[in-house]
Amino acid sequence: MASITIQSITKTFGTVPVLHDIDLSIADGEFVVLVGPSGCGKSTLLRMIAGLEDITGGEIRIDGRRINEVAPKDRDIAMVFQSYALYPHMTVADNMSYSLKLRKTARERIAEAVGAAAGKLGLDPLLERRPKALSGGQRQRVAMGRAIVRHPKAFLFDEPLSNLDARLREQMRAEIKRLHKAIGATSVYVTHDQIEAMTLADRIVAMHGGIIQQVGNPLDLYDRPANLFVAGFIGSPAMNFVDGHCRSGAIETDDGSRIAVPGGIDLAEGQAVTVGIRPEHVRIVAGSGAGSYTARVDLVEPTGFGTIVHVRLLGQDLKIYTLERGAAEVGEPLHIALDGDRLHVFDRETTNRIG
Amino acid sequence: MTFYPAAAPPDGDRRTAKQKIAAYLEPWLYSAPVLILIVAIMLVPLALGISYAFRDIRLLNPFSGAFVGLKHFRELAGDGAFRGALVNTLWWTFSSVILQFLFGLILALLLNRPFRGRALAQALCFLPWAVPSFLSGLDWAWMFNPVVGPIPHWLYALGILSEPSNILSDPETAMWGPIVANVWWGIPFFAITMLAALQAIPKDLYEAAEIDGAGPIERFRSITVPFLAPTMAISILLRTVWIANFADLIIVMTNGGPADRTQIVASYIFTQAFRRLDFGYASAIALVLLVLLLAYSMLIVVLRQTMLTRH
Amino acid sequence: MTRKRIVLTVLHRLAILAYVAFALFPLFWLLKVSVTPTSLLYTEGIRLWPSRASLEHYAFVLTHSSFPTFFLNSTIVSASTAVIVTIVAALAGYAMSRFVFRGKYWIVGLLLLTQMFPLVMLIAPMFKMLSPLGLTNSLTGLVIVYVAFNVPFATFLMQSFFDGIPKDLEDAAMIDGATRFTAFRQIILPLTLPGIAATLGFVFTAAWSELLFALMLISGNQATTFPVGLLSFVSKFSVDFGQMMAAGVLALIPACLFFLLIQRYLVQGLTAGAVKG
Repeated sequence: MASITIQSITKTFGTVPVLHDIDLSIADGEFVVLVGPSGCGKSTLLRMIAGLEDITGGEIRIDGRRINEVAPKDRDIAMVFQSYALYPHMTVADNMSYSLKLRKTARERIAEAVGAAAGKLGLDPLLERRPKALSGGQRQRVAMGRAIVRHPKAFLFDEPLSNLDARLREQMRAEIKRLHKAIGATSVYVTHDQIEAMTLADRIVAMHGGIIQQVGNPLDLYDRPANLFVAGFIGSPAMNFVDGHCRSGAIETDDGSRIAVPGGIDLAEGQAVTVGIRPEHVRIVAGSGAGSYTARVDLVEPTGFGTIVHVRLLGQDLKIYTLERGAAEVGEPLHIALDGDRLHVFDRETTNRIG
Repeated sequence: MTFYPAAAPPDGDRRTAKQKIAAYLEPWLYSAPVLILIVAIMLVPLALGISYAFRDIRLLNPFSGAFVGLKHFRELAGDGAFRGALVNTLWWTFSSVILQFLFGLILALLLNRPFRGRALAQALCFLPWAVPSFLSGLDWAWMFNPVVGPIPHWLYALGILSEPSNILSDPETAMWGPIVANVWWGIPFFAITMLAALQAIPKDLYEAAEIDGAGPIERFRSITVPFLAPTMAISILLRTVWIANFADLIIVMTNGGPADRTQIVASYIFTQAFRRLDFGYASAIALVLLVLLLAYSMLIVVLRQTMLTRH
Repeated sequence: MTRKRIVLTVLHRLAILAYVAFALFPLFWLLKVSVTPTSLLYTEGIRLWPSRASLEHYAFVLTHSSFPTFFLNSTIVSASTAVIVTIVAALAGYAMSRFVFRGKYWIVGLLLLTQMFPLVMLIAPMFKMLSPLGLTNSLTGLVIVYVAFNVPFATFLMQSFFDGIPKDLEDAAMIDGATRFTAFRQIILPLTLPGIAATLGFVFTAAWSELLFALMLISGNQATTFPVGLLSFVSKFSVDFGQMMAAGVLALIPACLFFLLIQRYLVQGLTAGAVKG
């Protein structure tokens, strides 16, 4: 097991910069998820840790040792690929033991390690099969097995679940988490799926445009997103955003409605802000009253457990997530209230969180 | 008080110069054998050949080798056989390409529709491609030979020939011999490339067109043709150059005769070099052919550009 | 509607049959004449099958002619060419598929250029270059020439096969502890085996068919290849049709065997060559 230190890392492809001055420390045994939309540089960063991409500037250390110039094979890390990258001409057992064979491990030790890993992942009956004869989920397991037989210093995961269907993805997600709890290995996991990030991570690193937007534990990112990007990226259905200006102690939206400024936030008169409200924090109330708004229901999307209600309010399409069934009918008016202490306010110029 | 500058970020790459050079050279090492072969065995002779065009090089004359300037080209201007060969080259190239393409396209369309035994039919139809070109030439020469071949007798029976004679020995018809052999041998090339292009057309396009009410002809016109067009264009253009250079069939079947009526420029070069051992003159003709082919390629590129800008 | 459909289906099958017949008939005729005894050749004219078939021409060609030598020469030349070209092209194709490097486009341009100019142009200078080296009239000389001619096309072909193997596999192998070369040898190469076989087949067929350079560079029976041998046989003994065609059938055998081998890869081969037959 090992710690990973990333210091002032930059990366350019030709003249195109893809990573800007990335700093990140990953503690021994920690599970860190790099999350962001495609093209944000998360996979590139992971591949730089693996040694599959050159490092343009900065330094990566594993256990304090600079590894910029170390070949991937000598970094003692394991990686699970999105495509699984199983060797098609080898059996499952050979796939799993390949790295040990390259390290000239004794045959009995190899058999032991493969057996143990296969047992953990339920691969025992498949050991003599070729990857072609496996289902998607089984291939995924073999890819995991290939990584764990080695007891490497760190595990790298490059979107390992994106080729699975939704149900299998949920199942494997739980399995990866269980495995991490059992092995406790330092892991860096790349995904574009914020649910995977939330459920798996000890710490999430949200990335956008080659820059780290926020680092923190999952609930931190959910409760106190550092900027508009993180606010919009984490959470599903996504956060509602309403643009407005500070006018005499309240936020006046572009259609003239007013929202009370939450406590503990100082705004300058006239400051352009964006107010963020999570759909689950919009309450449906019985009648109109102080601080409530009335809107016409536009669309109702039942999801089974809850319902997503779309209303026209504050000059835009506002989503409400409610657990009450039948609370809204299309075309009917709806009274709603916003929880003042659950509003997020962002400076529109810097996009950063205020307060 | 002392100010320390902020720590400079560590540099990303601290490999030694030697390591960097090794990494830089790696792909060149893999490519080196190919490059050496091509330069030594294709480019050097090419350059030499160009220089021969301006020298008097005859294999049997030990005193030859002098620089003669444009003498060969002046001779060439007055060489009736060469002018005939130019005309024959056009005739040979375009009729071969057009027929190969048409029959190849039809075969591809036929094979693109599933039926029982398709794999076998496809293999059999493509088989001529595997026949060595010299053997295709010989085989067809025999087919046209009234002594052992059936074709003259068939043509006679159909009333096309007044007697079962060899069309290869009649100056008026001789060129059709190599052209037929070439078409037979070259249909698979177009059929294979067109079939691959046909199979790359997404099936749901046809379904969508059918739902929109397009008939088979309309579907062919509005889906098949536009999808095939790039493959058609590129394979016809490249094939044209290739066939213009392709002398094997002619050398095997007619050797340019009778009366030079089947002599194309490529076979004329070979005849000058191989039979008359006049390397200088052969190289001069070759240079002219090279320039003509380059001009043709340039013309195509320019045409393509103007078409692209118009769209 | 159904009636129209039946008519169309019948027309389609007939058209296919016509193509198959056109493709096979010349080869069938070759075979037919090769088994027709000389005594029947002229009397039975254009009958589709002789009243009596015999292998006498084959027996003659195999025992009383130089064709076995020619056959051996051609096999040696074609096989050596195929092996050398495939190795060299595999290396270059791998570099073109896996490395991003400046100069790659120059190499591609150079390879394409060699496919555009008339090869007959090289006949004279090639003879002048090889003759002082003692490489005319030698199989080695032919192999060198054929290797150079086939390497560009084979490089594109090998590149297309390497392109078909996911880069992730090498990355995985390198993380598993392999050097780039080990990954190439243990992971990539085994997966490229079908491609390598196809390349061998394409090059072998091309070398087996080459006539003009062999005519120019070889004079004398010891180093004569099959095409040259057959052609000179034709011009010398143009009446022994049975024997010539028996020799022709023999020349066809390896070509057909390789055709079976590479049939699956025809499309890739033709598009990689683009201009090469």
